[in-house]
Amino acid sequence: MNGTITGISGPTVSADLVGVRLYEQVQVGHAGLIGEVVRLEPQRAVIQVYEETRGLAVGEPVTATGEALMVRLGPGLLGGMFDGLQRPLPALVARDGPFLQAGGGLFPLDLTRRWHLTPCLAPGAAVAPGQILGTVAEGPIQHQILAAAAGTIKALDGGDFTVEAPIGRLADGTLLHLWQPWPARRPRPCRRRLPVTAPLITGQRCIDLLFPLVKGGTAIFPGGFGTGKTVLEQAIAKFADVDVVVYVGCGERGNEMADLLDEFMALRDPWRGGALLERTIVIANTSNMPVAAREASIYTAVTLAEYYRDMGLQVLLLADSISRWAEALREISSSLEEMPGEEGYPTYLGSRLAAYFERAGVVETCGGGRGSLSMLLSVSPPGGDLTEPVTQACLRAAGAFFMLDAGLAHRRHFPAINWQQSYSLYAQEAVGFFSDRAADWGGLRQRCRELLRQEEALREIAEIVGPEGLQEPDRLLLASVGRIRDEFLSQNAYSDEAFSPPEATAACLRGILADHDRGVAGLAGEAAGATTGGGP
Amino acid sequence: MKLMEASYATLRAVRAPLLLLEEIAGARIGEAVRVVAPDGSEQAGEVLRIDSGTVLVQLFGETAGLDLPTTRVIFSDRVRRAPLAPGCVGRIFDGSFRPLDGLPPYLPERWAPVSGRPLNPTARARPEEFIETGYSAIDGLNTLVKGQKLPLFTCAGLPAREVVAGILSQAQLAGGGAFVVVFVALGLTHQEANFYRRVLDNMAGGFVAFLNLADQAVVERLLAPRFGLTVAEYLAFERGLDVLVLVTDMVNYCDALREVAAAREELPGRRGYPGYLYSDLASLYERAGRIRGRPGSVTLLPVVTMPEDDITHPIPDLTGYITEGQLVLSRDLHQRGIFPPLDVLPSLSRLMQHGIGAGRTRADHRAIANGLYRCYARGRELRRLEAIVGRDGMLAGDRRLLDFADRFEAAFIAQSERRSVAATLDAGAALLREFGEEGK
Repeated sequence: MNGTITGISGPTVSADLVGVRLYEQVQVGHAGLIGEVVRLEPQRAVIQVYEETRGLAVGEPVTATGEALMVRLGPGLLGGMFDGLQRPLPALVARDGPFLQAGGGLFPLDLTRRWHLTPCLAPGAAVAPGQILGTVAEGPIQHQILAAAAGTIKALDGGDFTVEAPIGRLADGTLLHLWQPWPARRPRPCRRRLPVTAPLITGQRCIDLLFPLVKGGTAIFPGGFGTGKTVLEQAIAKFADVDVVVYVGCGERGNEMADLLDEFMALRDPWRGGALLERTIVIANTSNMPVAAREASIYTAVTLAEYYRDMGLQVLLLADSISRWAEALREISSSLEEMPGEEGYPTYLGSRLAAYFERAGVVETCGGGRGSLSMLLSVSPPGGDLTEPVTQACLRAAGAFFMLDAGLAHRRHFPAINWQQSYSLYAQEAVGFFSDRAADWGGLRQRCRELLRQEEALREIAEIVGPEGLQEPDRLLLASVGRIRDEFLSQNAYSDEAFSPPEATAACLRGILADHDRGVAGLAGEAAGATTGGGP
Repeated sequence: MKLMEASYATLRAVRAPLLLLEEIAGARIGEAVRVVAPDGSEQAGEVLRIDSGTVLVQLFGETAGLDLPTTRVIFSDRVRRAPLAPGCVGRIFDGSFRPLDGLPPYLPERWAPVSGRPLNPTARARPEEFIETGYSAIDGLNTLVKGQKLPLFTCAGLPAREVVAGILSQAQLAGGGAFVVVFVALGLTHQEANFYRRVLDNMAGGFVAFLNLADQAVVERLLAPRFGLTVAEYLAFERGLDVLVLVTDMVNYCDALREVAAAREELPGRRGYPGYLYSDLASLYERAGRIRGRPGSVTLLPVVTMPEDDITHPIPDLTGYITEGQLVLSRDLHQRGIFPPLDVLPSLSRLMQHGIGAGRTRADHRAIANGLYRCYARGRELRRLEAIVGRDGMLAGDRRLLDFADRFEAAFIAQSERRSVAATLDAGAALLREFGEEGK
């Protein structure tokens, strides 16, 4: 289907294209910019263009591709870095130089690399979508090649293949490949959803003890600028006990992405060995890259994450930041002249976000395995004001909330997680799981929370009467909680203690509490001595 | 496709700063146009929206004097471009790239679109080369590195321009050599512009200036920083120079953006600024950086005067979300006579980690910086307590930290002459020693 451009306003293009379907992918202009049909009108299609439209002229051609916006899934994704439309960024540097050009897509997977396939099924076997055809070794993991269509296997060969070469075919003639496409906006199916059964160990003492996460759970952490969102997110990306990490830099800084790549290349995966980058997929849509692609980037990322989940792996998706996604949605909505909801965001912001969060969870995969997808999303509330619509919409859907506090950040207390306001709905399950690693986990958690609560009340009094006016036991409490804050809750992301395994976390707190108890006992002894008229 | 300029006299409406034209064939989005007023004067404009033959044009100059029947609009068939050549160094232009220094335009080597192209994140090199600004508050605690974008947040009435002038005249690159400064003035008063002119004239590495003053076309302020950054990218990545881009004041840029958005009847966001302010600011700020395997760097120092001294105002807020930290001036320090009045607590340099330490500054840099921060932050917190309970009601240790905060401001932040980073670190270490806080 072909047509021509009749109007352009920012990233929105209208064309006299008839017979296309909603959300069909189109190529726009002589440069072949990628776009998606977002509205159909009589004799007119409105197209959201995912690339820079500057210089595009009325009268240039528009071609429909017949398929939706697709993510290409196959071996070779791990260690890769893609833009929001899954174009391989390193290959683009090789082709176009350091600056990104509009148009000219590239296949995301390396077409020259050969993979050794070990088939799991023999000819004659019936397959259903999602069933395992065979495996290839991709870095540290066994990459399962999943069937894309149902049928009976006519041929399936082992050996070395490129992703393009057919590895076999079905009885109906459908060729089988190492890769398959999947529409980014449609969740990948599973047999059924399962309850959560394992903790997600982040290695961050404050999170693991006070606000623990589980595999398959979701968490958000809102915080103003300079509260350490990105540092915390990257620390979790480094140390979380998962098989695969998908990291989306959504509308964030380019230098941070460069930094992340450098660091992940140098660091080792603390759980499996190997370079950290080998378990990571990076989607980078920095703030100066086209806005519409930013909106698509989180869907590209979650589809990649689901693909690895479907191999029975534990996957963690980190997005920094979901506010930039929401702003992109707002920009697109306003260029479509939709009626705005709160603060100009479209009225469907909440439902889109909730649907997105629902793509997390523990599932029984179509192949019969058991995989999980956990999500950690940062939120950048304007002015640090958490009453804004994006934070509020996220709060309704997420299972854990870490509030990053500008006051703590100014004192260089990192991670600046406010222990009064944050919460985790997974605490009950997670404490049980962590107790396997440290038997007194629940008790430590209880005491830590209690001391923090007492200190909060006491500090208000101390502000009025001054520390001199406090009783000895109260001063001891302030000192002990001071140690909890400095030695336990704050954790330097750039030192040896950047990762704290649960045993070390428990031991650290246990030590502080033991000192506190000795102090309390000492004071009680003095008091007893005083009432009985002096010591020996 | 058109191959040459096309002239139209089909203006249907003028609503400053926007023009509505009809019966236009084949217009491009973002196309550069020239608007010729009845008296023959020319203004630059750009295509904002196209709907069939109807085209909305944004004018960068004055709309006064335009009429509907005889005003002509000339479509160039290209997006706006900047002329690039080494000859731009030492020159002064207005916000539309017209020479202000009385010299003829230089011969361009090539032309480049002013909106630039995003830098591929994998092509970026991590900024990690230390820049010595000579100010202890920056070098010691909020270290600036080549390729960083670090805004200066100030309040009305604070000596931001003196601080900036200090950075310009004192800054030294770790590997030797000097900056080329690209100076973009947006809505500056003549007095301020003259002040900066004197500073720029003394720059060893030379400068390129784009001046849009307070009484000049408002919408031109959207153009001037793009010219400046295009020139900066050229000098840095094609000529291998280290470029420092100074843009002042970003508030005037954002106000111009708001004015255009309001004229387009767009839905206003916070404080009337358009919802795309973040993306728009990012399209400027993100042009700072370095490229793997190439010499040269673009370091960006935008000045933001926080309206109502409010750091949560959309302009400083969104700026802070994009830039790699911020330097914040404090009214309190200024009133107490401390120069530079840099408040190190809300200030931050996100790229400091990689710019300091052995081989870059000194091995003990991090430890000293952490120690100073810790003590000063606690001292500052205790000042609030002191205001309530009085100094006598406080513990001896707390009183010592109060003294530390005072000494830190007087002996470390305040300075009358340039300090090398070694002198900065020595001063910091001496302060920690004096209060028995070293090595903690």
